[in-house]
Amino acid sequence: MNGVDRLLRLGDDALIAAQRLAEWHASSPEMEEDVALANIALDQLGAARLFLTYAGESLGKDEDALAYLRDDREFRNCLLVELPNGDFAVTMAKLLFLSAYQLPLYTALAARPDERLAAIAAKARKESAYHLDHGSQWTIRLGDGTEESHRRMQDAVDQIWPYTHELTAGEVSRTDWLANVEPVLDEATLARPADDGWAPDGGRSGVHTEHLSCLLAEMQVVHRAYPGARW
Amino acid sequence: MVTPRQAAAAVVDPELRVLTIEELGILRDVRVDGERVTVTITPTYTGCPAMDVIRADVQQAVRAAGYSDVAVETVFAPAWTTDWISDAGRAKLAAAGIAPPHRAGPVRLSLTVRCPRCGSPDTEQLSRFGSTACKALWRCRACAEPFDHVKAL
Repeated sequence: MNGVDRLLRLGDDALIAAQRLAEWHASSPEMEEDVALANIALDQLGAARLFLTYAGESLGKDEDALAYLRDDREFRNCLLVELPNGDFAVTMAKLLFLSAYQLPLYTALAARPDERLAAIAAKARKESAYHLDHGSQWTIRLGDGTEESHRRMQDAVDQIWPYTHELTAGEVSRTDWLANVEPVLDEATLARPADDGWAPDGGRSGVHTEHLSCLLAEMQVVHRAYPGARW
Repeated sequence: MVTPRQAAAAVVDPELRVLTIEELGILRDVRVDGERVTVTITPTYTGCPAMDVIRADVQQAVRAAGYSDVAVETVFAPAWTTDWISDAGRAKLAAAGIAPPHRAGPVRLSLTVRCPRCGSPDTEQLSRFGSTACKALWRCRACAEPFDHVKAL
């Protein structure tokens, strides 16, 4: 994997996660959560802009060209971030699993010799720690809550789990990722799914689910209809 | 005569309007090289939407002080922490009803946040996120006032 590929993976994970989270805006279960998810989306968007700007310098493109003018096969994000939000439990499972991956990844990148990448990662890792904390608290609250919330949180974990294998197929080991996730599932009284099941992948090579196409259509339509338009 | 440093340091943060960018700790450097003034700032959070406004305000302030060639640069390392908010800045936040952050970085245990209005330690967190990326929403159980708290980072 060369430097540009890594930057595109990092930037696309963050960008698509931000776009998905923003869909909750004004429709979260409570007003405080509206603010929380919008803030997390903003953190992801901030990181995405820095990674994509950096990647674009090698490709002769700016951040907008990378975000708005690439087609689905050119995106390098993991499948997990493009999956639909589902119910609130699914969104929290996605948040927990993604931040449990981004935190050790950014921590490792912060020590790399590429100073610019290291600086962005060192900044973003603090934000990831807060996201992990938020996802953990909700997973515990729902898992160790009512019969209904427990059932839905377990369903969410089971549904998203297969997509976590793609996260740990690269620079973050399964062991490091599980170290962030297993204690949370334990405290939430949730069963940890087995690791020998279906393990979809393809996001890193541009082979995505149909969900990404729909997300991109909404995210890119204005920019493509009115090239060069500014607020 | 106002130096470029003084002009830049006096710019007010657009989202914490009681603080200057120097008191907030995001003004990192002001360099004068011949005619050119280069101001270096760092964001509190990567996605901070106020950065564009801050860049424009710094440009305007340094120009108004008589320096026409102004560049504003953004750096990310070392990463900003709330420990960089000056003591004067903390006092101003508290006076404006915004509870300042604890020192010494993020703590996962809950530390008590004192109510900036009545000083009571009997407070509770309403939301871990608040009106801007850098704040959380709290409420005082003693005087019942809700207030913003700058999250330790």
